[in-house]
Amino acid sequence: MSAQINRLTPHLLTRGQIAACVAADLEEDWLVNLGIGMPTLIPEYIPPGRDVMFHSENGIIGMGPPPAPGEEDQDLISAGKGLVTLIPGGAYVNHTDSFAIARGGRLDCAVLGAFQVAANGDLCNWRLPNQTSGSVGGAMDIAVGAKRVFVTMSHTTREGDAKIVAERTYPLTAGGVVTKIYTDMAVIAVTPDGLVLEAIAPGLTADDVQAATGAPLDSANVGTISVAA
Amino acid sequence: MKKKRAETLEDAVANVEDGATVLLGGFGGTSVPEFLIDGVCDRGLRELTIVSNNAGNGRTGLARMIEEGCVAKLICTFPWAKDSFVFKELYDAGKIELEIVPQGTLAERMRTAGAGLGGFLTQTAVGTDLAEGKQALTIDGKDYILELPLRADMALIKAYKVDPRGNLVYRKSARNFSPIMAMAADHTIVEVAEEVAIGDLDPEVIITPGVFVDRYFITGPYDLGRGKR
Repeated sequence: MSAQINRLTPHLLTRGQIAACVAADLEEDWLVNLGIGMPTLIPEYIPPGRDVMFHSENGIIGMGPPPAPGEEDQDLISAGKGLVTLIPGGAYVNHTDSFAIARGGRLDCAVLGAFQVAANGDLCNWRLPNQTSGSVGGAMDIAVGAKRVFVTMSHTTREGDAKIVAERTYPLTAGGVVTKIYTDMAVIAVTPDGLVLEAIAPGLTADDVQAATGAPLDSANVGTISVAA
Repeated sequence: MKKKRAETLEDAVANVEDGATVLLGGFGGTSVPEFLIDGVCDRGLRELTIVSNNAGNGRTGLARMIEEGCVAKLICTFPWAKDSFVFKELYDAGKIELEIVPQGTLAERMRTAGAGLGGFLTQTAVGTDLAEGKQALTIDGKDYILELPLRADMALIKAYKVDPRGNLVYRKSARNFSPIMAMAADHTIVEVAEEVAIGDLDPEVIITPGVFVDRYFITGPYDLGRGKR
């Protein structure tokens, strides 16, 4: 498996390309929560003129990009603890209001990382099986509350094991919540009828993606991801 | 009018006792009441149960409290940050107890306590390790778990401005948990950069009314957003 990944590596999407795929799917007027890591790259790929608002669970509605040099403010940070800004028309709220937004169904989308996603949409991203404890943060609240949960992750583990599986083996974050998966190989929708392969990275085939996936993929209508040159 | 202003740090934290449950403001580096924490550390208090989003960063603030052996138990959401090495060392040595709570649930458990309620039902953590031992209920076809209020003896928080009645405003994302913690403790102590006269805070923008504040200590002007360091 790892040999196969090495062979494929030139065709795998970069983190920025995955972020661009997600950004293309975030719609005008959506309020979106971004998890730590790869999701934080997404805002720079939102097409100019499209009004997507970002929510940060530590109390920011309308989170903007990192500050310009000299404009840093230690009282204005993201949930990932990076320095950020507030967009014009943004607002600050307290923690219970912030999570009321999440659990109350006001998040149009949450984009989170994951260790494992099951074919039924089970999300596993807070604790590894061999750890006695994890850092849950706001992941469980956001995952159960958001209207859509998009996952960004590498398609397989470093050892080449599938991270998209028929049934989860990792500790659960939230059951049946994931609606779409964006990896370095493909974009996959989670539907009541199973996983649907929507698009694959240029240079890969549907069989390549299926071989690296632990659950059946419906590839009847698969397209190719367009990536910037 | 009751005098809420403490003239010295020692006076501000004089009511904190060994074995107390203490809500500690702070999200990452923001809103950490570092002066009050130092005051508690200087008193050499023991067996505290601390409620805080993080497990301390670096060697100051909560990390100092933990390192000096003040803390018997930590209730938090995100213990395993890279710079929480002081906590990790004591946890690995079996010298500190840990309870992990999802972030939205942590905030709502405190709000519930402050609001005089007996608990609440949430979909957060249903089916996960963090639901173990909790009562499950199904309402209108949705699965919930019962979460109980988290009331505390003390809250130590940081605010931006205060008036003599204890009315508070915060700054940017440094609001987060602080207004909730102020509600949920029997005794709330605030460190605050600036005191203004009664009437100088616009009643429309006061976030925490003085009814939730027992004592405050003026840390004096400092560079906004920089904290104690």
